[in-house]
Amino acid sequence: MLLHELTASQIREKITKREVTAREIVEKLLEWIKIKEPLVKSYLCLDEEGALSKAKEIDKRLNNGNKVGLLAGVPIAIKDNMCTAGIKTTCASKILGNFIPPYDAFVVKRIKEEDAIIIGKTNLDEFAMGSSTENSAYQTTRNPWDINCVPGGSSGGSAAAVSADMAFMALGSDTGGSIRQPASFCGDVGLKPTYGRVSRYGLIAFASSLDQIGPVTKDVFDAALLLQVISGHDNFDSTCAALDVPDYMSDIDRLDDGLKIGVPKEFFGDGLNAEIKSALMDALKIYERNGAKLVDLSLPHSEYAVATYYIIATAEASSNLARYDGVRYGHRSRLSSDSNIVDMYSQTRAEGFGNEVKRRILLGNYALSTGYYEAYYLKASKVRNLIKNDFEDAFKKVDCIICPTCPTPAFKVGEKMTDPLEMYLSDIYTIPANLVGIPGISIPCGFTSAGLPIGMQILGKHFDEKKLLKVAKLFENETDFHLKKPKLNRQD
Amino acid sequence: MKYEVVMGLETHAELNTISKLFCGCSTKFGSEPNTQTCPICLGLPGVLPVMNERAFEHSLKAAIALGCEIGRFASFDRKNYYYPDLPKNYQISQNYFNIGNNGYVDIIVKGEEKRLGIHNVHLEEEAGKLIHPEKSDADYSLVDFNRAGVPLLEIVTEPDMRTIEEVESYMQILKNVLLYIGVSDCKMQEGSLRFEASISLREKGSDVYGNRVEIKNLNSMKAVSKVIAYEISRQSDLLDNGKEILMETRLWDEVNAVSKRMRAKEEAHDYRYFPEPDLLPVLIDQKWIDEVRATIPELPVEKRQRFVKEYSLSDYNAGILTDDKSLADYFEECVGLSQDSPKELGNWIINDVLRELNERKVNIQKFAVTPKMLVELIKEKTAIGNAIAKEVFVEMANTGKDAPSIVKEKDLTQMDDASELNDVVVKVIEENPNAVEDYKSGKKNALAFLIGQTMKATKGKANPKLLTEILKEKITGLK
Repeated sequence: MLLHELTASQIREKITKREVTAREIVEKLLEWIKIKEPLVKSYLCLDEEGALSKAKEIDKRLNNGNKVGLLAGVPIAIKDNMCTAGIKTTCASKILGNFIPPYDAFVVKRIKEEDAIIIGKTNLDEFAMGSSTENSAYQTTRNPWDINCVPGGSSGGSAAAVSADMAFMALGSDTGGSIRQPASFCGDVGLKPTYGRVSRYGLIAFASSLDQIGPVTKDVFDAALLLQVISGHDNFDSTCAALDVPDYMSDIDRLDDGLKIGVPKEFFGDGLNAEIKSALMDALKIYERNGAKLVDLSLPHSEYAVATYYIIATAEASSNLARYDGVRYGHRSRLSSDSNIVDMYSQTRAEGFGNEVKRRILLGNYALSTGYYEAYYLKASKVRNLIKNDFEDAFKKVDCIICPTCPTPAFKVGEKMTDPLEMYLSDIYTIPANLVGIPGISIPCGFTSAGLPIGMQILGKHFDEKKLLKVAKLFENETDFHLKKPKLNRQD
Repeated sequence: MKYEVVMGLETHAELNTISKLFCGCSTKFGSEPNTQTCPICLGLPGVLPVMNERAFEHSLKAAIALGCEIGRFASFDRKNYYYPDLPKNYQISQNYFNIGNNGYVDIIVKGEEKRLGIHNVHLEEEAGKLIHPEKSDADYSLVDFNRAGVPLLEIVTEPDMRTIEEVESYMQILKNVLLYIGVSDCKMQEGSLRFEASISLREKGSDVYGNRVEIKNLNSMKAVSKVIAYEISRQSDLLDNGKEILMETRLWDEVNAVSKRMRAKEEAHDYRYFPEPDLLPVLIDQKWIDEVRATIPELPVEKRQRFVKEYSLSDYNAGILTDDKSLADYFEECVGLSQDSPKELGNWIINDVLRELNERKVNIQKFAVTPKMLVELIKEKTAIGNAIAKEVFVEMANTGKDAPSIVKEKDLTQMDDASELNDVVVKVIEENPNAVEDYKSGKKNALAFLIGQTMKATKGKANPKLLTEILKEKITGLK
């Protein structure tokens, strides 16, 4: 196996055993990126210099016999909505086209402390608003399994980079499925942790009560490894839980007997692609064969999840994105001499934001306006509670819930761009976890006849990521879907 | 006037915490622009607020001191509006679950007590400050974010005030309460205490409120009084002429002493309040409320009433003494140490201590004359006389020496010895035959002249009562 094809854990082992230097890894990876990136377009920027200098530093420390961190020498990609001190952070928006943060996001600080090597910043839908990465103001990322298809979104750059072996692991963010859906489209493992498990400090907010950072990796163990590093309390995020972080990696292969898996009928109904449904049924059989008990469930309010989500997420977004006004940083429109401050605001924002972002700002402002607040935002908050109750009831009966990650496999570039509602439905199975705040993981569970990856989603109780990872790992141990590589990854 | 004036007040008080509400930046006043800022208070992408516990506790203390109902929790909301001094273009404030609701303040106007309702007390963040260049053709403005994120307490009254005097009393008492409980330094010149007034007029006897006018930008109590007087006259003129009062927001122009329209009701902002998702609600249990309540001292109005009752002071004097908590403490320390009447002690403090403090521009804590020293001086007074005592007091304030040592040093003990005084009086009579003649011929003020001359001769030490007796006796004896 070639170096860039290895998992992060394998890389770390090779580096710490001195079988290969960190510098070698970075150089080999950059070479590979040079070849494949023009096809995939997953990165908005590469930090070659920074990566090489960090690699040298790690090699030096290893040479001196010093201790190194959990991610020593592992090149990692970061979605470009997380602040990296000194490295441009654009959110794939023109409005932050020139923004260089003076500080590191909590997760960036953590991976640096564990000696990861930041290789670059990955593409996304502008401000993480979208399900295909087509809403990027800069480029359209392609799915490595079929470059005519989208990689999903909004963490499409991270998912495509990992899938094309252009990063050993990546950080994504998930507001309504933005880690899990692209992981599913690209054949990766993608984990959205419990709301409050990982600090949001330095994550450029889309919808504050839904956003959560998580790993996009090549296998389940790597997801456990990266989650281990980024989890834990942060004094700079009041919504981040002050709970101890369990050891996610130990005993990952040991699952207690008597696992009860919930199968919610609402997630297997109309609109679900037949090949995906059949792959899921096969997957459930594998669990049954391994002693798990399947429990039929109903989550009756989940049919309102998408509507609820698009009220709450857009309301929060309309306020979160108000700060991009041209006053202090980012894009400022060139103004004529007779313009005033309102002209500056409106021109700056008209030029700086793309259509989908504008659409959501308008929707959100509408939902919060006097006279509409009760009918929209408040009502949505109440429905959100009903959905939470559904899941709480379900988790009294089962340990986890298994369902498809997405109703369809990766779709064609441009296919849904003219129909926002169709695009929004792409997240129908992932959105509930964000509304409820529970963790969810997407792992590969098969391929369509066209050769596109299929993702299976496992949902767990609040802060029960350890169980989630074990359940995922069991499936991975029984199958080899995660080992398949896109044709694009072949050496020509 | 045939109208009744209905007024309410919103007060913004900056809390005196060391750091800002949501970040660790200093709240120090008057530093170089933008030197007390960080990614959080500048509203950079990705930052999050973390509540300053002390600021919250200060607000809770104020809400309790103002008699508010305290809920089981308080939560924060975003108030959305665009302004260049507001880094996030939303202000983190409270709208749905305030720290305190339905409180009250007892005010005293002309000796009469009145209870004013407090609608709510809530905590929010301060904005920055726009600096407009002096050149009129400048095409830019600057922003200083040093104040952005300073904790700001907002206290909203019910529309319960009817006269300027009531508003003035409320402002004074509210300020004193905030100072007494130590949550704000209320420095109006630094903008840490500001007001917004709402004023409406209605026919006397009517039970329907008139259209309300809100006036912003009131940076002193004087401005509030002025704007009220101005608005009452403006609005009653309009009503007298059969015109309608527009519901609007006006801005007080301090320089020209007029209020000007800022925006009409139709242009009012829709703040699109919604719960701040970045902050958790703060749970408030009874134990916490009790703990905070225990730290609240006797408040100015209670103290004032007690002073009247316990020390037989006039309401006016009690008001002056309780205006400043440390002055009230000074007074009570004196009372505890002295055999003299509290009334006399009060007069000394109000007349002499306050004058010296004023001249020296120091506060009572830094005043050279301690309560013990003042009490000693007043005790000494019988021996040295009132006039000398006043001089000794000034000397004490200047030097920090106590009364006995000044009296001893300067040999200031009053001449109480009749024979000694007698000699001086004889000499004065001899030297001033004209005055003596004048007095004899009925010019009463000639006696004052002779007393003055005797005082001069004794360097003011003569016991004035004794001296007057001897003088009269001697002159009468001359007949």
